[in-house]
Amino acid sequence: MSRSLCKTFVMLLCLLPLKGLSDTPDPSVWEQVQAEARGQTVYFDAWAGDPQINRFIAWAADQAQRRYGIEVVHVKLSDTAEAVSRVLAEKLAGNNDAGTVDLLWVNGENFATLKQNDLLFGPWAEQLPNFSLVDADNHPEMRQDFTIPVEGLESPWTRSQLIYYYDSEFLPSPPRNIHELLTWAKANPGQFTYPRPPEFLGSTFLKQALLELVEDRQALYEPLVLEEFARITAPLWSYLDELHPVLLRGGRSFPSSGTQMRRMVGDGEISLALSLSPAEASAGIAAGELPETVRSYVSDAGSIGNVSFLAVPFNARAKAGAMVFANFLLSVEAQLHAYRPEVMGSTTVLSMEVLSEQERAAFANVDVGPATLSVEALGDTLQEPHPDWVGALEREWVERYGAR
Amino acid sequence: MVPASAPEQSLVGGMAQRALRLAPWFMLLILLAPVVLGVGLTILPAFGYLPAIGGEQFTLKHFVALYQAPGLTHSVTVSLASALVTPFIALSFVLLFLAAASGTRLENWMRRLVAPLLAIPHAAAAFGLAFLIAPSGLLLRWASPSVTGFTSPPDALIINDYWGLSLMLALTIKEIPFLLLMALAALPQIQADQRVNIARSLGYRRGLAWLLTVTPALYPLIRLPVYAVIAFASATVDVALIIGPNLPYTLSVQVLQWFNDPDLSFRFMAAAGALLQLALTLTALLLWRGLEICFAAIGRAYALSGHRGRADGVLRGIGLSGVALAVGLSIGGVVALVLNSFAGFWRFPESLPRSWNLRAWGDASADIATPLGNTLMIGALATVLAIALVIAVLESEQRFQKRLSPSLILLYLPLIVPQIAFLFGIIVATEFLQWTPSIAMVVFAHLLFVLPYSFLALSEAYRRLDPRWAQLAATLGAGHWQVFWKVRVPLLLAPCLTAMAVGFAVSISQYLASQLIGAGRVPTLTTEAVALASGGNRSIIAVWALLQALLPMLGFMLALFVPRLLWRNRQGMRGSA
Amino acid sequence: MKAQHLQLNNVRIALQGRELLAVDAVINAGEVLTVMGPSGAGKSSLLAYVAGFLAPAFEASGELFLDGAHLNRLPAEQRRVGLLFQDPLLFPHLSVGGNLRFGIPAAAQDKDAIVTDALASIGLQGFEQRDPETLSGGQKSRVALQRLLLSQPKAVLLDEPFSRLDTHLRREVREFVFKRLREAGLPAIMVTHDQEDAEAANGAVIAL
Repeated sequence: MSRSLCKTFVMLLCLLPLKGLSDTPDPSVWEQVQAEARGQTVYFDAWAGDPQINRFIAWAADQAQRRYGIEVVHVKLSDTAEAVSRVLAEKLAGNNDAGTVDLLWVNGENFATLKQNDLLFGPWAEQLPNFSLVDADNHPEMRQDFTIPVEGLESPWTRSQLIYYYDSEFLPSPPRNIHELLTWAKANPGQFTYPRPPEFLGSTFLKQALLELVEDRQALYEPLVLEEFARITAPLWSYLDELHPVLLRGGRSFPSSGTQMRRMVGDGEISLALSLSPAEASAGIAAGELPETVRSYVSDAGSIGNVSFLAVPFNARAKAGAMVFANFLLSVEAQLHAYRPEVMGSTTVLSMEVLSEQERAAFANVDVGPATLSVEALGDTLQEPHPDWVGALEREWVERYGAR
Repeated sequence: MVPASAPEQSLVGGMAQRALRLAPWFMLLILLAPVVLGVGLTILPAFGYLPAIGGEQFTLKHFVALYQAPGLTHSVTVSLASALVTPFIALSFVLLFLAAASGTRLENWMRRLVAPLLAIPHAAAAFGLAFLIAPSGLLLRWASPSVTGFTSPPDALIINDYWGLSLMLALTIKEIPFLLLMALAALPQIQADQRVNIARSLGYRRGLAWLLTVTPALYPLIRLPVYAVIAFASATVDVALIIGPNLPYTLSVQVLQWFNDPDLSFRFMAAAGALLQLALTLTALLLWRGLEICFAAIGRAYALSGHRGRADGVLRGIGLSGVALAVGLSIGGVVALVLNSFAGFWRFPESLPRSWNLRAWGDASADIATPLGNTLMIGALATVLAIALVIAVLESEQRFQKRLSPSLILLYLPLIVPQIAFLFGIIVATEFLQWTPSIAMVVFAHLLFVLPYSFLALSEAYRRLDPRWAQLAATLGAGHWQVFWKVRVPLLLAPCLTAMAVGFAVSISQYLASQLIGAGRVPTLTTEAVALASGGNRSIIAVWALLQALLPMLGFMLALFVPRLLWRNRQGMRGSA
Repeated sequence: MKAQHLQLNNVRIALQGRELLAVDAVINAGEVLTVMGPSGAGKSSLLAYVAGFLAPAFEASGELFLDGAHLNRLPAEQRRVGLLFQDPLLFPHLSVGGNLRFGIPAAAQDKDAIVTDALASIGLQGFEQRDPETLSGGQKSRVALQRLLLSQPKAVLLDEPFSRLDTHLRREVREFVFKRLREAGLPAIMVTHDQEDAEAANGAVIAL
């Protein structure tokens, strides 16, 4: 028996990882990148809190296997920060060529952290064959992530914009902006809540509220000056102090994600909720999670919008595979698939102007559902504040409300 | 004096014999090295030393920062309360139940129910409970609006409540079957029936007779499992993530959050927090030890006072209803999971969904291959390695007639030391060594927990096997290995399989070890299920939780039916399971 | 063939410094040495010492010879000393035939035939596949003895072999056992506290 034990241990030792080798592919020679990518395994670290997005990624991974011979493994994160901290730890441990992350769904302060610490491979994004489809010259948001210049270190793959959705059965005329929200909430306690920051959607709500509440937005688009923080954000905290007692559970507990809020609307537990996907409500109806009476709208003061990006860490093993996959996600086919509300309902990053007639028609023919907002209805997009603000707001929020 | 065994004839046999002699030490090394090393590597960063991220000097400032962290006092309070309340209630119910039910048909009935209940992993049980008792949960749906008058879910903080009551409830209903199983396994050793009969003949009512005469003998035999429950309740991450307080979190979850913060300087605070968690768990154990002494003294005083007690019926009632409630909530949770997994749109307070569909199952079947494969592979490897080692150690004990009793208690160290306190250090080490997370590493991490539980499950049966079987076989000319394969293994097949089922279930339920050591790249059913918790889509969570519960259930069923099938014509082998 | 004999040279067994027994004896082929004494006197430890599995807690000295071969250095399975316990101890996971086969040395030819003959000789023809648990007490005892004899021992130890049997069965089994041992010409040591056993054994008696 102990002989077989020995054998097993030797076998297990062989399973122990060996250090891999990697070289740096040149994205400007695309054929070469594609050739190198074939047979690679791409570990794609992406937030996995939304089953619809997970399913889309699974579809895309399947396509990548068929078309390019790349195995894409979705490493499901509950918080993107996990992956960022891992890459950072790898760098500090001197791991320069055998990283555990090949491709990372990232934006905002996580991108800022990665860029600041030289943790990214590139520039590569603008050399992707499909990058021309986003028409970055006419869409500057493709080159800016929370005011930080992207500089080819990330490739866009989806857009998000903060919307409200509500059950019209219980709420015939929802509050149109942050001020009306407070008045309405006071009259209807327990009917609204938002995800607990630092959850992404929760933090976005804080930024939206701040943008609507401050008089001068300009300061928010610049790096944070610590001394100014208290003064500038004071209106937000006094607003939240008033709002929290009339939230669901009196503000003593917050949902952990947007999907959880969707469930609460479905149950009739709350009647107003938030999402970063303009098609959330239609997708929810299609999935049988929301009643057909749900509708969406955006704040009449404009709503925060951003682009979600993909980045490749400096020590990724499968850089070529990661780029080929990022390029596929930018393709018309992938974007069109993601656009369908029953798939993911995401707003495309492609620019309709540069697409062919046929491609434009394909997008136009998608039935986005009654609860999805048209591009016109989405109104003005408010740009994301400088990433410095995110961390500071989150910390202050936790300090004030996270531990009573 | 002649040595108990003379040299074996064959070289291979001799080598195997020597390996066997070393087996106990090998097992202790496997279990202790990672824990001791891991804690050591946590202590350094807690005091500011972690050169890889710029910590060059020893300092106490991270403890100061920890002390000032918002909500820390409350986190610690809830964790400590959970560590004491959970085992106290679970143990009380178990003892009162046994006092009421021992020797009755109820006890037999419970014997059969306990394994499947135990098979439900903690995460799945927590989901089930949440689906049952949440404001929009099954219980309120069924009671609304007829009983409660609610037409929409009440705005009540039940799940994720501030004081962690739902967390403690989830842990309690999960630990009751565990302690019951341990107690039922220990009872035959102490002739419980005789003790009760003597006390009854002296005029004590049955329940009280049991409590006064059996508990003092039983408790030492289940003390270790109770300590494991305390440690688990004080430091659980997965259950707390699902159903525990989140404003603030429990200490263990908060430490994990700091560990995952993109700002690496939080890792120092995480390390300090991990040490605090260790101190908290040890404090809970010490307080519990104090409770033990108090209760022992009270029990002795009461027994000597000669009171025959009048509250017998009340005590038995508490035990029976407590265990019945736990069983009911567990089964109700599974029902809630099953209903939700097939549910279409389901508005509150409708008692059943408006429509049914297989969407969630279909979606899961598309995603399940990798996590299921990983789970099975890790579970199988960890279980087989663990049982091989456990048997090697027990066989070595038999063959060399040496019991390792004092050092063997160290076996249970991984169950007592909070996972977060040593996994942290192991992660730091693997990052430093640039080991890519692999299945093999996760298997080793699981082994730390599978081994002690397998040992716990098998050792009694192995040691209690009548030594005359081996002696008889030897006088008939069978050598050590023949005795082992032809006599001991078949006679102990049922308990071995049960121990494997326990080990497999333990492996399946591991969250932190899979998540941290696997760095998210070795997804298992459990990591996927817990990751989905933040999503909140009930159907999908339900499917994954059910899948997670199904595997250990299959394991226990195999362990039950394989011996029955094998020994269907051997009356002497019945009841050996 | 030279008559077999078992020799105990100055055997002493002690526990924690307290001497339990001292025996010096030669048992010839077909003879039974009876050791009598109250429980706790160390009767069974004497058998364990001769069989080769005395627990390390005991201190034992003295030499053992079987047919002139030195036993002390041999492990239990190589001593060729058979042991009959209080209980028949038929392996519950094996059939009756399987129990008998367990006793037959590996080198033996045509084991099936040996088993068939052995069963016939104890009046249990056709019992090969039977579950041992379905046998009567007397049948079990016979199978146990037959199993022991099939292992071709050179000496036999009997550890209160009849004490669990009821009175009329005891006489029958006792006669059967002693008869077979005499036929096989084996030296035996019997430990008992039953005077009738000692008388039936018809050999030397040591009282502790």
